[in-house]
Amino acid sequence: MGSIVTPYLTLAAILFCVGLYGALTKKNGVIVLLSIELMLNAVNLNLVAFSKLGDHPALTGQIFSLFNITIAAAEAAVGIAILITIYRNKGTSDVNEMDSMKR
Amino acid sequence: MVSDYSQYAWLIPLFPLLAFLALTAMGRQLKELGIYISIVAMLASFIVALLIFVERLGGHVEDYTWDKLSWLQVGDYTLRMGFEVNNLNALMLVIVTLVSLLVNIYSKGYMKGDERIHVFFSYIALFSFSMLGLVISENMLELYIFWELVGVCSFLLVGFWYFKPEAKAAAKKAFIVTRIGDVGLFIGILLLFWYMPGHALDFTSIHNAISSSKIDGTIVTWIAILIFIGAIGKSGQFPLHTWLPDAMEGPTPISALIHAATMVAAGVYLVARTFDIFHASPDALLVVAYVGGFTAIFAATIGIAQNDIKRILAYSTVSQLGYMMMALGIGVSYASGMFHLFTHAFFKALLFLGAGSVIHAVHTQDINEMGGLSRKMKITTWTFAIGTLALSGIFPFAGFWSKDLILSEAYDHNQLLFWVGVIAAFFTAFYMSRLFFLVFMGKPQHHGAHEPHESPASMTTPLIILAVLAVVAGFVNTPFNEWLSHWLTGQDHEESANWTVIILSTLAGLLGIGLGYLMYLKRSIPRDVVSSRAPWLYKLLNRKYYVDEIYDGGVVKPLRGLGYVLELFDVYIVDGIVRLVAFVIVGLGRLGARLQNGQLQTYGVVTLLGMLILALAIAGRRFIHAG
Repeated sequence: MGSIVTPYLTLAAILFCVGLYGALTKKNGVIVLLSIELMLNAVNLNLVAFSKLGDHPALTGQIFSLFNITIAAAEAAVGIAILITIYRNKGTSDVNEMDSMKR
Repeated sequence: MVSDYSQYAWLIPLFPLLAFLALTAMGRQLKELGIYISIVAMLASFIVALLIFVERLGGHVEDYTWDKLSWLQVGDYTLRMGFEVNNLNALMLVIVTLVSLLVNIYSKGYMKGDERIHVFFSYIALFSFSMLGLVISENMLELYIFWELVGVCSFLLVGFWYFKPEAKAAAKKAFIVTRIGDVGLFIGILLLFWYMPGHALDFTSIHNAISSSKIDGTIVTWIAILIFIGAIGKSGQFPLHTWLPDAMEGPTPISALIHAATMVAAGVYLVARTFDIFHASPDALLVVAYVGGFTAIFAATIGIAQNDIKRILAYSTVSQLGYMMMALGIGVSYASGMFHLFTHAFFKALLFLGAGSVIHAVHTQDINEMGGLSRKMKITTWTFAIGTLALSGIFPFAGFWSKDLILSEAYDHNQLLFWVGVIAAFFTAFYMSRLFFLVFMGKPQHHGAHEPHESPASMTTPLIILAVLAVVAGFVNTPFNEWLSHWLTGQDHEESANWTVIILSTLAGLLGIGLGYLMYLKRSIPRDVVSSRAPWLYKLLNRKYYVDEIYDGGVVKPLRGLGYVLELFDVYIVDGIVRLVAFVIVGLGRLGARLQNGQLQTYGVVTLLGMLILALAIAGRRFIHAG
């Protein structure tokens, strides 16, 4: 194994790190949501890569990633909806302003 | 003959206790009535005590002991409480109840107008209860309990005017200094408990064990000396005498009752009560005799140079208590010491109450500001004169006979102590005549706005009764008829009048009075004959041999310094550690609170960091395992 799966994993890791960096640093809520999608897709990439090239190839990984995509879509929809509501109420989409749990 | 009244001796302390409870519960409501309750209770006690005393006078009456009350049971050992009546404590009962009764009556006039008068009377009642309980105690532990109780009452009454800082300090001093002695007494009781067959602590068993010498001689000496340390504290003997003169900050009736006639005599009574132990140990007796003798002359010399009327009397009390201790220590029997206690109680209470009457009239205690009171206060003057003569040991007043008995015993057994006694008697007569002439004779001084006047009848009546007693009390035991000695100890003494002693002691008394007369009334010898030629000597006496200063520098200051160092340790080390712990926790909490800023991204970073640390830890662990 090893060498064949490595590029996939590297790409997934890079994607994940980019997503993580975006999720933790960006001010704009939309970008944060996008970064989370990026991280989810990095995971999906991992699942697919292992389901094809892993020690025990099986369809389970691919089916699982399909589920993931579905859920990510739903999550994005809900997330965007919440963001829009917040924007309407507060007039901003800056995540730094979203600390009403604390205040 | 079986005694009829002795079995009711438990009533004697009970009456004052009831009065105390009534006054404590509703003193404020009872007002004037409360005072009468107290007086009537004391009168009842006095009557019972007198009945017992009179009954015991007639012929040989058996000692009555009742110890049915089992107080504490540990294993096989039972600690019993009860009471005992014998000739010794029957005499004490009469002294205590009589003086207490008279002081109660006197206080009604003296304390009139004090808004806490009911508290005062309740304290006196509590004191009488404790003192009488002490006297009829049947075992050492019971005695010790009452011993501490009288100490508490003394503390309360010395500090009765607690708004005066001197009174507060004096009360504390009285309590702490006597406590040093009490520790000695307690250790003595423990030793006794340890070595007595069957751990019995009652006086009968002690008597039996000592007389059949069941206890090792060295131990007996130790026990005796430890008990004597308790007596030193309570009876104001050197070196624990310093509290007694300071205790004069209390109301004057208290000085008469507690610090002259009864409580301070408890130490003498204790030694007399446990005289078997002392008698078995000649070394301990010697210690008692020399401490007593030294105290007698030491305090008498201080008395010469004092200017406060009550302080002079206080040092005189210390000196006379020293006399009693010396008499006990000479060791013939406890009769002479108890006889002096008996006469001293009357004339010293008389002198203190007379001093109270004077203070009541002129509102000062400095004898240099008094003078010529004899014209204004006839009764006080006459009674005080009788007290002075009795204390100076002039024939035929009470003090003469008791002092003579002590001196003649000393003459036969210890010449050194005899001369100490004679010189002390000379000083006593001198300072008493100085006091009397300065206060009552001479030119009247300016007394401020109002003229001094005679005190009310409630104050003069006790004075007259005590004056009569100060005259006649001595006749119960003359060299020609030693009735009291015989009655107290049951032993026959050869009736011997030692004329050398009689003449020498009278001479000492007369010389002292004569010198006082020449110096302070006739002024043919200048008053400052000593203070101008040897100011250091006057200063030494006036400052009481600097004993207070020595204690202050030698004990109080170092202890206070140690306390200060320990306080620093406490504040900076112990508290410091506690504060450090608190500070660290608070800091951690602040840090945590700053993380909880509501920013989702911050939480994310922290989670990521935690994740990384976890990953690193697992990886590191694997690395170490592999290595």
